[in-house]
Amino acid sequence: MPADPATIPAAGLAPHRPDQAPLHPAKELWLSFCENRGALAGLIIIVIVALLAIFADFVAPHAPLEQYRDAFLTPPMWAEGGRSEFILGTDDVGRDILSRLIFGARYSLVIGCIVITISLSSGVLLGVLAGFFRGIAEELIMRLMDIMLSIPSLLLAIVIVAILGPGLLNAVVAVAITYLPHFTRIARAAVIGEMTKEYVTASRVSGAGRLRLMFATVLPNCMAPLIVLATLNFSNAILDAAALGFLGLGAQPPTPEWGTMLAKAREFVQSAWWVVTFPGLAVLITVLAFNLAGDGLRDALDPRLKR
Amino acid sequence: MLRFFLTKLAGLIPTFFGVTLLVFAMIRLIPGDPIEILAGERGIDPTRHAQLMHQFGYDRPVLVQYGIYILDVLQGDLGKSLVTKKPVLEDFLVLFPATIELSICAIIFALLIGLPVGILAGVKRGRPADHTVMALSLTGFSMPIFWWGLLLIILFSVNLGWTPVSGRLDFAYFIDPVTNFMLIDTLLSDEKGSFLDALHHLVLPSIVLGTIPLAVIARMTRSSMLEVLSEDYIRTARAKGLSPLRVVGLHALRNALIPVVTVIGLQTGTLLAGAILTETIFSWPGIGKWLVDSIGRRDYPSVQGGILMVAIVIMTVNLIVDLMYGLINPRIRHAR
Repeated sequence: MPADPATIPAAGLAPHRPDQAPLHPAKELWLSFCENRGALAGLIIIVIVALLAIFADFVAPHAPLEQYRDAFLTPPMWAEGGRSEFILGTDDVGRDILSRLIFGARYSLVIGCIVITISLSSGVLLGVLAGFFRGIAEELIMRLMDIMLSIPSLLLAIVIVAILGPGLLNAVVAVAITYLPHFTRIARAAVIGEMTKEYVTASRVSGAGRLRLMFATVLPNCMAPLIVLATLNFSNAILDAAALGFLGLGAQPPTPEWGTMLAKAREFVQSAWWVVTFPGLAVLITVLAFNLAGDGLRDALDPRLKR
Repeated sequence: MLRFFLTKLAGLIPTFFGVTLLVFAMIRLIPGDPIEILAGERGIDPTRHAQLMHQFGYDRPVLVQYGIYILDVLQGDLGKSLVTKKPVLEDFLVLFPATIELSICAIIFALLIGLPVGILAGVKRGRPADHTVMALSLTGFSMPIFWWGLLLIILFSVNLGWTPVSGRLDFAYFIDPVTNFMLIDTLLSDEKGSFLDALHHLVLPSIVLGTIPLAVIARMTRSSMLEVLSEDYIRTARAKGLSPLRVVGLHALRNALIPVVTVIGLQTGTLLAGAILTETIFSWPGIGKWLVDSIGRRDYPSVQGGILMVAIVIMTVNLIVDLMYGLINPRIRHAR
């Protein structure tokens, strides 16, 4: 992606002069990330959502499963008939929607983290093996990935859930498996690109063992594209897990997971718009934040765009 | 070109067998054997169980079972649905046109808006129009479409009453299924107004299904335009004094469209995955809804056959995209 005008330094920020000492790479990355206002906004939203999730017990006005028998389907505070103690209204059994959304942030973030941990680590392992050994191992691994890629990821996830049975954990595993091919492909391509470089030969000549060569020498130099992919797939993981929840195959009620909340909300399309609107909005905002941050990270990490 | 085609085709064979193996293994990975699944929660007595295991061939070695399965698949026999008792392929072929019709309308919607908007953003780079387009397309790309569909239903169907909530056609019409493409069938029939009604039913689902492709196409068109606009021949065209419209519309657009064509082809997977959600929301009788329903009903032959068919469709479309790309760009055709 070509450089956004937003990545051109703002007037207030002094440009880095060549006669100064070079910046620490992490600091340089941070500076070029911050120049992208969208990415910064995304990061801020992510931090807010994460804080809400961590401190949900203190922030949420009500317990997520508490049913208020006198307040079924109360509209949001500002709407006619709304009550000030239920800011975003209540659902059909009188639970506070805002509190459920805040607790739901926990599920979405944890889902994203677990999915990325599983698919990143196994994908990297497979990709490094394929790129390092080539030959039959590579052929087998990459063919398997091709097969997985020929089935749409949501459909593959649905099939895996059908095998494992519905539930939050199974949905997470299913989504993680469907993301494997992307990580494997990127890792393999990066490893193959690095293997021809001289520092690898030097390391090999000086007697580095295979494991050391694979994971200590080559892998760290392949991480940039993998980190970007991980950030961007974090948002996909949240979306896909919510979609599975929506189809009734992910988290089961009464779990306050955003997608699961929407599955129940379908009945209220005609009568209670707030039950439908807010969980989806929460998904959209969180996913958008991760995509913004991921795009910014990609631009910051891509050396071709560096000044 | 023939050589290029054959190489590409040969590359698909292992993938095809891999998918069949995956689908074959799937039903055996589900806890309980297929007969127990067939019998459901009522249970089944052991002698009848053994008899059925033998009858369906489940007591043979797994390799033999796979061989028989492959032979059946190659002859177009995907097994019988446990619910409709009809061949799975038959069910699939009746429902598939509904999904194709929806997908085509979605991609047309995505192109009609995505292309001009992407070109605009590319030409007006760095201006407010560009920022707006990029912000909107990232939002579209992040959209949970199952929620987007519900929102549109609330706004346009419930509050404004402009569009129907679900289905492909109003109950007032009775149309003979000829092609199973509702737009064609209604045109063939003599029911007045049915074509418009079918079109009416397509509007919201197409918008919902087309949203993510629209975002992808807009982004892709923009970056492709940016690349082409910085080429020397564009400067030459400008220096010759051609009007900006001619430079952008004729010289730049033609070359900028090449990668866009590929992206459109690669959206097939997105469309089919999106169809699962879109069809569920709008009760659209296509293969997406059928697959989800089949999983819910534990109709495993339908799930198996459906997944295999979807994978074959995607592989075919990818092959066609590869071929088109080779046709447009000889460098790819001749590269090894």
